Amino acid sequence: MHNLLSRQAAAVFWMARQVERANNVARILDVTASFSRDETSTQPWQAVIDLYNDADLFAQRYAEATPENVLQFYILDADNPNSILNNVSFARENARALRPLLSTEMWTQLNVFHSTLHGVKKSHIRDEKVADFCAMVKRSCQTHSGLVSETMFRDEEWYFYCIGNALERADQTTRLVDVKYHLLLPTSNPVGSQIDISQWNAVLRSAAGFQAYRRVHHRGLTGKKVAAFLLLDRRFPRSVCATSVQACDLLQTLIQLYDLPGGDAVLSQMKALALQARDADIESIIDGGMHEWIDDVQKDIAGITIALGDAFFADADTA
Amino acid sequence: MRYTVMAYRTEPKTLVSDYSSEPFFDELFGQDGARVDACKGLVRGLETLDLRAFKQRTKAVDQELRNLGITFTVYKNAKQIDRVLPFDAIPRIITADEWQTIEAGVQQRVAALNLFLDDIYNAQTVFKDGVLPAALALKNSNYRPEMQGRTLPFGTWVNICGTDLVRGGDGAFYVLEDNARTPSGVSYVVENRHLTQRTFPDLMRNIKVRPVSDYGQRLIEGLSQMWPGGADAAEVALLSPGVYNSAYFEHVFLAREMGVPLVEGRDLRVEDDIVYMKTTAGLQRLNVIYRRIDDDFLDPKVFRKDSLLGVPGIMQAFSKGNVILANAVGTGVADDKAIYAYMPRIIRHFLGEDPILNNVETHICREPDALQYTLDNLENLVVKPVGESGGYGVVIGPKASKKLLNETRQKLKKNPSNFISQPVLQLSTCPTLTKSGVEPRHVDLRPFAITGESTWVLPGGLTRVALKKGSLVVNSSQGGGSKDTWVLA
Repeated sequence: MHNLLSRQAAAVFWMARQVERANNVARILDVTASFSRDETSTQPWQAVIDLYNDADLFAQRYAEATPENVLQFYILDADNPNSILNNVSFARENARALRPLLSTEMWTQLNVFHSTLHGVKKSHIRDEKVADFCAMVKRSCQTHSGLVSETMFRDEEWYFYCIGNALERADQTTRLVDVKYHLLLPTSNPVGSQIDISQWNAVLRSAAGFQAYRRVHHRGLTGKKVAAFLLLDRRFPRSVCATSVQACDLLQTLIQLYDLPGGDAVLSQMKALALQARDADIESIIDGGMHEWIDDVQKDIAGITIALGDAFFADADTA
Repeated sequence: MRYTVMAYRTEPKTLVSDYSSEPFFDELFGQDGARVDACKGLVRGLETLDLRAFKQRTKAVDQELRNLGITFTVYKNAKQIDRVLPFDAIPRIITADEWQTIEAGVQQRVAALNLFLDDIYNAQTVFKDGVLPAALALKNSNYRPEMQGRTLPFGTWVNICGTDLVRGGDGAFYVLEDNARTPSGVSYVVENRHLTQRTFPDLMRNIKVRPVSDYGQRLIEGLSQMWPGGADAAEVALLSPGVYNSAYFEHVFLAREMGVPLVEGRDLRVEDDIVYMKTTAGLQRLNVIYRRIDDDFLDPKVFRKDSLLGVPGIMQAFSKGNVILANAVGTGVADDKAIYAYMPRIIRHFLGEDPILNNVETHICREPDALQYTLDNLENLVVKPVGESGGYGVVIGPKASKKLLNETRQKLKKNPSNFISQPVLQLSTCPTLTKSGVEPRHVDLRPFAITGESTWVLPGGLTRVALKKGSLVVNSSQGGGSKDTWVLA
């Protein structure tokens, strides 16, 4: 038997990341829309742009961070590589390259999801409809995940899929925490105020973590506790700890099971990240600077992505 | 009023109650008694369906094809459009007797093509014995001097062959074209059967139809046999130009059915004349490649230098016998229309037999008498440029304008060797669902043959149907659709 083609390893890794990214963009837009309804400022919408480091690209294309513009930019804008439409289109292109390896159900679902998005018009994502739209995107991404777990053959490609999915999830969670922590805290709203609490509430909900958080902390909702929960709780499926430990285990198994030479460097990078996330405590993170810690994690993820490419993807085009 | 309605109510019309295909041979109602008997099961099935229900089910099929992404890609104004090959749900029937003739005829034809190819690259008896002019093969743009002196396992050059057949007004099948390079369409044969089974199971009830689902298994067997190191040691892959190729769906289908990697040129590398693919564990060897890339694009070191689809060095690996390419390089000569005309003579030369399936009457315009005949009867003939595929550049005399006929006349005079002409065929028809009900539409048939050590023909083949009323052009790129093809057991 032969191993997975490098090109397909890259394609499946990126497909996983793109679907996960579409899912997270929808989560963030949904929460921003529902919690900014009683506000007149555009600040929560500006926060979304900052979260993805998209300020420059956005400014080239739109005058102001109005809800309409930000929704358009992150949902349908063909010139924004990070828009839901583009993420799903890229994922479907990758799925096309992977078709011999995917179940018919997986391919069909992604294909239908893609054509549904192509039928979406500007009027479908206006304020009052955006919750429905985001629910559709989340549901479609979750159906995709369900099909992966139910129908995807657990050969090499499955490991690359899960590693991609875990890394993207970790990255998205850090972005979510980072922007709220650093853009909301220094505002005129004092820490612990009503607005502050409702913002953290929103963050938890966007990560589907509110109820789990309550099981850990019956009382109180502070930025520190929320950040600790989202980043470090090993039981929370979107935490940096849970996802990086998972990615590390998968990579180790993958390398052993398929006898992949050349995986040493990337494995040691992955181990370092997993250890870092597992052993960190929130106090020392805050002491050393939350933003710095998050920045490091994001850089680690980017570094691991490059190292995966060097080790397994040959010179295949990625993304 | 109520009574009036009752009084005027007539028997509900069935799908086929008004159907008439005159004056053409019809694939369902065909003239002779034996056919009528064989087809009666399907006719009965059709009579139980009404038009509206039938249309609804057909619509569901179209949606399913889209969802599954069973599409081919066309390029219009630099835009990429994914199209579904329209599926017509009324099957085309081939009786067991008819199939026996077709199968034997295709096997004979493939045998002759392989002997011919081996001959023109080696002993060249066809030229020495005056079967055809040497220039016709040797000056052909698809003749590859690189292949001279090559012999191949079992003498098989054409591993996968598609033979285009049409049925004339006399009810006999004729060969219209050989596809000895990279015939496509077999995925639709299998998928169409799945569609019928899922959507119109009632039509198949009590009718014994020969299965088509083992094509992939036959294909990998045939390909593996080609590896001199033994079929068990064959490492097979399918080489595709990639996701933007119009037949990409078929490449996926075949790779999946065979359980082999679907590779692109950029996945392969040749080192020390051995072909490897790039995997997560490094380079791994391949030794049999079913390539769906034309000769021209196969190896930029030997053929087109600007090809980004190919694999530099693969020809050298092939020459050294380190890899089998299927079909072999240089088979395109055989499916050129210029050679086609000589096929009956080629069959007699190599096999000493009369062709089981005849050619359509063909005038080779490079021969002065044939040219004169063609010029004199242009308005009644179909003129085809040699070396083209996809139905492009074909002029159908009776339908052409005066202007087009004049232009064609000039072209013929200027460069007669570029053309052949044939009478307008009375292509057979098959009942087909149209906007205005079930009507006759013209069909052809492309059986697929797989050859390793011996030749196996997939029972049936691709029935293409010209959906436009009266049209004879069945190509998918020009408004054709397809049908499920039933070979009765």
